[in-house]
Formats: sequence, structure tokens, C-alpha cells
Amino acid sequence: MTTARTPSVASAPPAKRSALTEALLNRRLWLGVLGWSVALVIFFPIFWMVLTGFKTEAEAIAEPSLIFSPTLDSYAEVQSRAGYAKFAINSVVVAFGSTLLALVIAIPAAYSMAFLPTRRTKGTLLWMLSTKMLPPVGVLVPIYLLFRDVGLLDTRTGLIIVYTLMNLPIVVWMLYTFFKDMPKDILEAGRMDGAGTVQEVLYLLLPLTLPGIASTGLLSVILSWNEAFWSLNLTSSQAAPLTAYIASFSSPEGLFWAKLSAASTMAIAPILVFGWLTQKQMVRGLTFGAVK
Amino acid sequence: MTLTRALPLAGLTVLGATAAQAETLTVATVNNNDMVIMQGLTEAFEQAHPDIELDWVVLEENVLRQRLTTDIATGGGQFDVMTIGTYEVPIWAERGWLAPLDDLPADYRVDDLLQSVRDGLSQDGILQALPFYAESSMMYYRKDLFEEAGIEMPEQPTWPQVREWAGQLHDADQERYGICLRGKPGWGENMALATTMVNSFGGRWFDMDWNPQIDSPAWQEAIGFYVDLLNDFGPPGASSNGFNENLALFSRGNCAMWVDATSAAGKLFDTDESQVADALGFAPAPVAKTEKGSHWLWSWALAIPASSESKDAAQEFITWATSEAYVNLVGEREGWTSVPPGTRKSTYENPNYQEAAPFAGFVLDAIQGADPTDATLEPSPYIGVQFVGIPEFQSIGTQVGQMVASALTGETSVEQALQAAQRATERTMKRAGYLD
Repeated sequence: MTTARTPSVASAPPAKRSALTEALLNRRLWLGVLGWSVALVIFFPIFWMVLTGFKTEAEAIAEPSLIFSPTLDSYAEVQSRAGYAKFAINSVVVAFGSTLLALVIAIPAAYSMAFLPTRRTKGTLLWMLSTKMLPPVGVLVPIYLLFRDVGLLDTRTGLIIVYTLMNLPIVVWMLYTFFKDMPKDILEAGRMDGAGTVQEVLYLLLPLTLPGIASTGLLSVILSWNEAFWSLNLTSSQAAPLTAYIASFSSPEGLFWAKLSAASTMAIAPILVFGWLTQKQMVRGLTFGAVK
Repeated sequence: MTLTRALPLAGLTVLGATAAQAETLTVATVNNNDMVIMQGLTEAFEQAHPDIELDWVVLEENVLRQRLTTDIATGGGQFDVMTIGTYEVPIWAERGWLAPLDDLPADYRVDDLLQSVRDGLSQDGILQALPFYAESSMMYYRKDLFEEAGIEMPEQPTWPQVREWAGQLHDADQERYGICLRGKPGWGENMALATTMVNSFGGRWFDMDWNPQIDSPAWQEAIGFYVDLLNDFGPPGASSNGFNENLALFSRGNCAMWVDATSAAGKLFDTDESQVADALGFAPAPVAKTEKGSHWLWSWALAIPASSESKDAAQEFITWATSEAYVNLVGEREGWTSVPPGTRKSTYENPNYQEAAPFAGFVLDAIQGADPTDATLEPSPYIGVQFVGIPEFQSIGTQVGQMVASALTGETSVEQALQAAQRATERTMKRAGYLD
């Protein structure tokens, strides 16, 4: 945004230019300060949680302090009470499985909506989004009964299906906006060269919109990873993901902050690292289209 | 298939057969110290019962309650053993959701269970769940401060006396508050204490025709007393203090008195967790007009849902986890203050326990003295001391709890809060079909 204004500064008279440059620098400085402040405010609870995980239970509820002798006791106890690996594997399988399934369904859907729209397309898109407005607890009992009858309770397949359906509206919407930004001429050129629909999608559309698809997938993985309502209600011991793992360390009685923090740190660590590694993709994908 | 290939496969088949013999029980329980100890003793149980394996689902109380209700109401059959409280047992038993426990083995010694706890978990005289631990409420106070001020604790303190002492001992500049009480809204939080006060001031939730009595003079007096007491001599921000917060305040020496669960005694008495362990005094929960319903009764119990397919194995497990032998096992392995209290007479007769827990007598008296079937001065149609044993009470209790908390913060007056609570409860009771 700032680079876009640079030419006007360059064309201004010298006296004005220095004042303008100064104003610009000032603005950048303040924007920087604001950006950092917002980032710090958002990150602070996570930082505090990581810190608390290394405290003893007594220190965790005492006056907040940055000075303490770190201990791994809470991690050891958390690990001895519940096997982390089982929960983590469930989380990975369910988050990536549901994302993959959602993309497989959403790509053809978004393709048809973006390139072959009918007069009902807009309505369909809005209707899809409206399903997100229903509070999930409203459909808990019907889904629970359905899952009981088909034997999907406490299975990873069951969770993958629910997460796919839960994220599908967002995934279709995001892909739709990315696909819409792609020039139709390219697809037409492909068609003139004899490409069928499948080839068109596989060789032209997907490679060209890959950053968009990647960021959509990443968002879906993160949403599935953090989902806590369905994962707590539809699983018990076999398919429970990390959200259930965290829930088992919370309590209205007794001292539990350090253990809960340790469990939460372990639960968010994989997705945090994953987020850092794919940050570039994510930002590229989210701004993809807007800069064209 | 060659022999070398076939052999490992045969081995696998044998392994599969052995695994199939062991029955797996899914046990849902609440995350607290006693249950964590039980989970830690899984191996001891599995060694004694090689044909049963345990799978644990541990959840926070409110999440657990919602999760179990969904499963049992839909007959989901996800759990073989459920940890539920005295509130759920009668409601679920009435709907036939629990497997009645009418053929308990003789060596389980049902007669050893405390009568009031047994009554709270039975329907028509048949146990529906086995008590894992039970608690009542009592008063904790600082002996050192009382001695300094020359106050002697009578055998049965009254609420007006408590107010007088709180005034004498309150010193906000020193961050020492006269009294700490629950203020955080919720049916199991502020309303647990408030209901015992209302009972003792002569009030009740409903009359015999299920008409709400929340705007009655007894409620006005009890809640008015509670609000004034906490505002005058309580810690700042009392409306956000629940059990945990008050436990932390009292164990750091910030409160002269505290009325709450008997289960806090072990924690306050532990010198690692509490700075006031040496000066800790116990007394029965204060009373006002009547002793009836002045202290609550709560028990976490293990029940078998009717939808479980492994009822026999589940009964094996729950009789083991609530037996005298289990209490002794925990005492020997984890220390005698860690045994689940409040369920068996034999625990209180055990010299090891008596020595380790000097508060045992008070707890036993409090639990035995609480009668969930007769907790109000005037007759009431419900079972429960600090709750009303009907499914609607969770939402009623929490809603009224929020209104009482708003009176505590001064947002509304006590009178306004109780009138609003009365109206809201009337609406709920009408919708539920109790009233015309």
C-alpha cells in the first residue's frame, strides 16, 4: 500500500517532498508499532500458556511471575495419564483426511460455479454458507442417532465425514473466488487445443490456482484441528483427537493450570509448526487474485 | 502357502483370539484428584481381572455431563461405566437409563455404605449407582485469628454469629477478608451454597404444587444476608469466585472463614498446598432458623448405562472401585488423606485414616446429617439438598444463579433479582408442564 504512493512523493516539489517523506516514514513507523502491538496482544496468551506449562501447580496459580525454575513435571504427568501419540495421530488423520475429501468435492463444485454459472449459482452459494449459521448443537441429536445406527460413533471415518461437511461451504467459497479470478481465455485456449474438462482442470486450472488451493487446504486443516464440539461429542476412546485430550485436563476443582497448559502446548505444537512452515503459502494464497 | 509364511499368520490368529477374550470397558469419568488416582490404579484392576481391559475417557465436569447425557438419552452405548452425580441418578433411573444394581455380591458389604449417600443413589430402595466419594459442606476458619480476637467457636455456629465474627476479623488493607463464599454463577457454584442458606433460613425452591417460592420472605432474607455479608466483609470481585478461587484465597491466608465442600479439608490440611494448614479450624456449616438442609450432600457415583453390552464386566469394575479393599489400596499406595471419603463406615473406623485426617469426624457427621429427602423446613416435592432433582433444574439453577450474582455485584437489588428469578422459573415450570 505504501509503495503505491511512492510515485506521488517523487513528483512533488523538493520542500514538500521531505515533509511528505517524513509523514510517510512516520506513518510506516506507527503502522509498524500498531502491527507489532496487535501481534503481541494476540500472541501473549499463547506465550503465557507455554510458560505456565513449565511451572509447578502452585506457581501456576500464584501471583503471575516471569521468574521461576522451569520444570517438566507437568509434561511427565500429562504423558503418564494419557498417551499423547494416540490423540495426535487421530488429529492428523482426521484434519488432513477431511481436508482432502473436502477439496476433492469442492474443486468440481467451484469449477462449475465459476465457469459455468447459471442463474441459481449465487443463490446456491449463499444457501451453502447459510448452513454455517446453524448452531451445531441443534443437529447433535439427529447426527448422533444416525451415527449410532450406521456404527460411525467413535470412528475416525465419522469425524472425517462431519468435518468435511462442516468445512465444505468455506472451501467451496474460497475456491470459487480463486477460480473466478482466473482469466477464462486460458481455459478457452486449452479447449481450442483439444483439452477436455478433466484435462482443463488438471493441467490448467489446478496448476494456475495452486496457491489458492493450498491456502484453502491449510485453512481447512486448521479449522478441523481446532474443532472441539463434534470431536468431543462423537468420540469416546478410540477416535478422540487432541481437543478431547485437552478437555481431559480441565477441571472446576483442584489445581490443574500447569497440567492443562502443558497438554494444550503439546496439542497446538504440531499445528503451530505446520502454520509457520506454510506461512508463505498461506499469505500468498490469501492475497492471490487481489493483486492481479 | 509355504510353512514359513503360514507360521507367523497362525501366531497372529492366536494373538487375535487372546485379545478377543478380554472384554474392553469404556469408563467415562470426571477429571479430579480421586478419579485420576482410580485411573492410575488401572493396572491393579487388570491384574486382578485379566479378562477385562479398561479404556478411559476423562472429561471436565460440565463437558462430561453433556457428553453422557447425549449418549444415554439416545441409547448410544458408547460407555460401559459412567461417573454421575447425585443429581443425575434419580432422574436417569426414573427413565430406565441405568442398570439397577440389585444383585451385588455379599462381600461388597452394601450395609457398610453410609445411609444418606445410599438413599441419594437409590430408587425404590434399589441402588442405581455405587458411590465413589461423597462430600457435604462445612465451615473452615483460622484458629489463630479467632484466638487473637478472643472468639470461641461454638459447636454449631449460626449465620448471624458468622456475620459478627466476619466484621471483627475483616481487614481489607491487609488483604484479609472476614469471609469467603462462592459467588460465581451456576447451579453447582453459587446456588449450591445459596440453596443451603435458603433452606436454613426456612425457604424452599417449590411448594408441594411446584409453585416457585423464590420471591418469598425466606429467600429475600437469605439472599439479602448473603449479599450484604459478602459485600461488607468478603474479598473484592467475589462474584467471580468459585470453589477453586476461594480455595486459593483461603490457603494463602486471605480469608478468616470459608463455608464450602468438605473435600477441601484434605487440600487445606496439606502443608505443600496450604499456608494455613497449622491454624486450620473446622466447624459445621452455619445455620439460621433450622438445621435442615444447612449443609449439602453430593456424591460422585459409578453407574452402568442400560445400553452397555458389558454389564457384568462393568459391575465387576464398579464394585471393585467402590469397595473397602479399594479404599485400603489407595491408602497404602497414595497415602491415607487421598482415599475417597464419605462413602463407607469402615473408612471412618480405620485407625490409619483417623490419624491422617483429623477432620474425618466433621465430614462424617456432615454427610450423615444431610438428608436429601427432607431438606426444607416446610414440605417440598423434590429430592436434593442444594439442588432440585428434576431435569429442568440445571437451567433454572444457572439462570437464578446469574440473577443472584447480579444482585451481588449491585447491578440490581436483591428484591429485583429475586422477582426476575421467580418470573423466569415460573415460565420454565409452565413450559415443562408442572404448572397450568
